[in-house]
Amino acid sequence: MSSRSAISPSRRLRIERVPSPSRSATAVVSALSFVLALLCGGIILFLAGENPIQIYGSMFSGALGDWNGVAETLVKTTPLLLAGLGVAVAFRMQLWNIGAEGQLYLGAIFATGVALFLIPGAPGWVMVPIIVVASLLGGGLWGLIPGALRAWFGASEIITSLMLNYVAILFSEYLVHGPWRDPQAFGFPGTPSLPASAWLPNWGATRVHLGLFFGLIAALVLWVMLRRTRWGYEIGVMGENPRAALYAGMPTKRTIVLVMALSGALAGLAGMSEVAGIGHQLQRNLSPGYGYAAIIVAWLARLHPLGAVLVAFLLAALTVGGDQIQMSLGLPAAIAPMLQGTILFFLLGGDVLTRYRITRVPGT
Amino acid sequence: MLCIAGLKNWSGASANRATEASPLRSDKQASRSAHDSRLTTHDSPCRLSVLPSRRLDMTDILTPAFLISVLAAAVAAGTAILFACLGELITERAGVLNLGIEGIMLVGALSGAGACIWSGSAWVGAVVALAAGASMAAVHALLCVGLRANQVVSGLALTIFGAGLSAFLGRDIVGVPPPSAFRRIDIPVLAEIPVLGRILFQQSALVYISIALVVFLWWYIYRTRAGLRLRAIGERPEAADAMGIDVARLRALYVIAGGALAGLGGAAISLGTNPGWTEGMTAGRGWIAVALVIFAAWNPARAAVGAYLFGGVEAGQFRLQTAGVDISPFFLNMLPYLFTILVLVLSTREATRRLLGAPAALGRAYVREDRG
Repeated sequence: MSSRSAISPSRRLRIERVPSPSRSATAVVSALSFVLALLCGGIILFLAGENPIQIYGSMFSGALGDWNGVAETLVKTTPLLLAGLGVAVAFRMQLWNIGAEGQLYLGAIFATGVALFLIPGAPGWVMVPIIVVASLLGGGLWGLIPGALRAWFGASEIITSLMLNYVAILFSEYLVHGPWRDPQAFGFPGTPSLPASAWLPNWGATRVHLGLFFGLIAALVLWVMLRRTRWGYEIGVMGENPRAALYAGMPTKRTIVLVMALSGALAGLAGMSEVAGIGHQLQRNLSPGYGYAAIIVAWLARLHPLGAVLVAFLLAALTVGGDQIQMSLGLPAAIAPMLQGTILFFLLGGDVLTRYRITRVPGT
Repeated sequence: MLCIAGLKNWSGASANRATEASPLRSDKQASRSAHDSRLTTHDSPCRLSVLPSRRLDMTDILTPAFLISVLAAAVAAGTAILFACLGELITERAGVLNLGIEGIMLVGALSGAGACIWSGSAWVGAVVALAAGASMAAVHALLCVGLRANQVVSGLALTIFGAGLSAFLGRDIVGVPPPSAFRRIDIPVLAEIPVLGRILFQQSALVYISIALVVFLWWYIYRTRAGLRLRAIGERPEAADAMGIDVARLRALYVIAGGALAGLGGAAISLGTNPGWTEGMTAGRGWIAVALVIFAAWNPARAAVGAYLFGGVEAGQFRLQTAGVDISPFFLNMLPYLFTILVLVLSTREATRRLLGAPAALGRAYVREDRG
C-alpha cells in the first residue's frame, strides 16, 4: 500500500493508508457515529425550537424504558432485520438493491392472497409454511426483475429497484381499495382479516411474534452461507473484484439475478411477518419505510448478518421512539429517519478514519 | 330529454369516480394526489373541452386543443424534473454520482415554500431553495470528494435524511398556501404563435429560466474552456490533475452547483405547479431525474427532451383520469415509474451500442496517491 505524508516529511507525524481497517476501529466508528448523529440531531432539534433532551428522553423511555417498550422494539426489529439482511446480501455483491420497500409489499401481497383466497381453510401447520414460501416468492420476484434487467440489459438496479417500490405500493393500494377490500369494513381500505390459522404465534402476551425467530434464523443461515459456502465466497469476490471473478469463470450474470432474488425474498418475508404477525390483514401504509431503513441496518452492520441483528434492534428502538414522541409530544415521527440519515453520514465520514492511521516517524 | 338523461349518467359516473379516487387524497397519499391536482392550476380553458366525463373515445383525445393543452402541461410538469436532471448532469459530468437528488428536492421544495410564506415573495423562495439545495449537496461533496466515502451510500443517506428533515421542519406549514407563486406569464408576441406559443411561451418564469439554462449548459459543457475542464475531471481525473486542475475542489463545486439546481427543482413544484408544501411531495421525481441523465447521455438538450417526455406522461395520466378512462387511478399513477424503467433499459442499451458512455470516472473517488 502506498502512503503519503500529509505534512511535510521533516515533521514527525505521518498519515498512512491502512491496508485493511482493524475490527476494533470499525466497531468504535460505528458506535461513535451513532452517538455523534444523536448529538447532531439534537442540535437540529434545538435550532428548530424543540427541547432535544426532552425528545430523546421520551424516545428512550418509549423504546427501552419498560418491558412494553422493549417488546414493541422487538416487534419493529423483525421487519428491519429481515429486510436489512436482504439488503446486506445484495450490497456484498455491490448490487445496490434499494427496492426492499417494494419487495416487502410484494411479499405481504402474496402471503395475503394465498391465505385469503387460495387455502383459507388450511390448518396452521400447513398455512404458515405455505404463506412463508409465498412471501419469499413474491419478494423474490420483485427483486429478480431489477436483477434480470441489470444482468441482461445493464440497466442500473438502483433506479429500477426504486421505481418498483412505487409500483408495488400503488398495486397494494389498488388491492385494498378495490378487489380485495373488505366489504364489511364500511369503506375503510383494507382486506378482510386473515384466517386465524395464518396468524403467527405471539410470544406470551406481547405483540412479539414468530417473525423475529425467522429473522434470527435467516441471520444465522446467511452468516454460514457467506462464510462457509462456495456461493458465499463467490458473492464476495464478485463484489470486491468483478474482473477477477470473470477471469475465474464465475457465473456473474446468474449470480446477480439469484442474489437480487434472495435479497427480495428476505424483504418479502418481512412483509409477510408484518401481515401475519401484526396487522392480520393487508392494509394501507403497511411499512413506514422499513425498506429504506434496511439500507442503514445493512451498512451500519458492515453487511455482516450477525451485526444486523444488533443494528436492527437499535434502529427499531429509534423507530419506536419516533412513534412515541409523535404520540406524547405531537412531533412528527420523521425525526427517526432524519436521525438515521445522520447516522449514515457520520459512519461514512468516520470510515475514513479507519482507513488511515497517524504514525510517528522516528528521527529525521 | 335524451340529453338530460345523458347528463345524469355523466354526473353519476363522475361521482363514482370521485369516491373511487377519494382515498387517494388522505394523509400519506397526499403527495401523489397533489401531484395530480397541480395541473388544475394550469390552462383550465383548454381542458374544459374534454371535461364531461363520460367514456372516452379516441376522437375526444385527439382534438388539437386537447393535445396542445397536454403538451403545455407537459412542459410545465417537466420543469421540476428538468432542473433536477440538469443538476445531476453536471454532478455526474464531474465524475460524482449523487443519489441524494430526491432528498435535496424535498428540502428545496420545503425551503422554497417556507421562505415564500415568510417573505411573501416567490423569488425569495427560489433563492432560498437554491441555497438549501447547495448546502445539502455540500454534505455529499464533503463526504464523497473530501473524504472519498462511498458515493452510492452517501447519496442514499442524503435522500433518507432529506425526506426526514423536510417532514420534520415542514410540520407547521403543511397545506398552507404560499402567498405568491410562479404564475403564468405570457411572453408578448411569442405567445401569439399558434401552437408553439401556447406550449412554450405561456408558461411561468421558472420554465423560461430552465429553458435558458439548457441552452447555457449545452454551450458551457461543449464550447467553453471551463466546460472542457468539467468533462476532464469526470473522464480522466489523472490527466486533469496533471494539467494542474485542482480535481477535488472543482468536483466539490459542481456537486454543490448541481445540488442547488435540484433544490430549485423542488421549488419548481412547491412554488410552481403545485403551490404549498406536503410531506414527500416530490413523489420520486428526484429518482426519475437521476434515471433521465442516462437517457440524456449526459447532454443537456436531451435532458430537456426526456424531462418533457415525463412531464407528458404525468400530464397525460391526469388527463385520462379526468376524462373518465376506465382504468384504476392507481394503475395510471404507476405509469411514470414503469416508464422510467422502460426508458432506462432502452437508453442503457442504446448507450452501450453507440458508445454514448458515462463519464469514465463516474462514481470513482479520485485519490492522487493511487495514480498509477
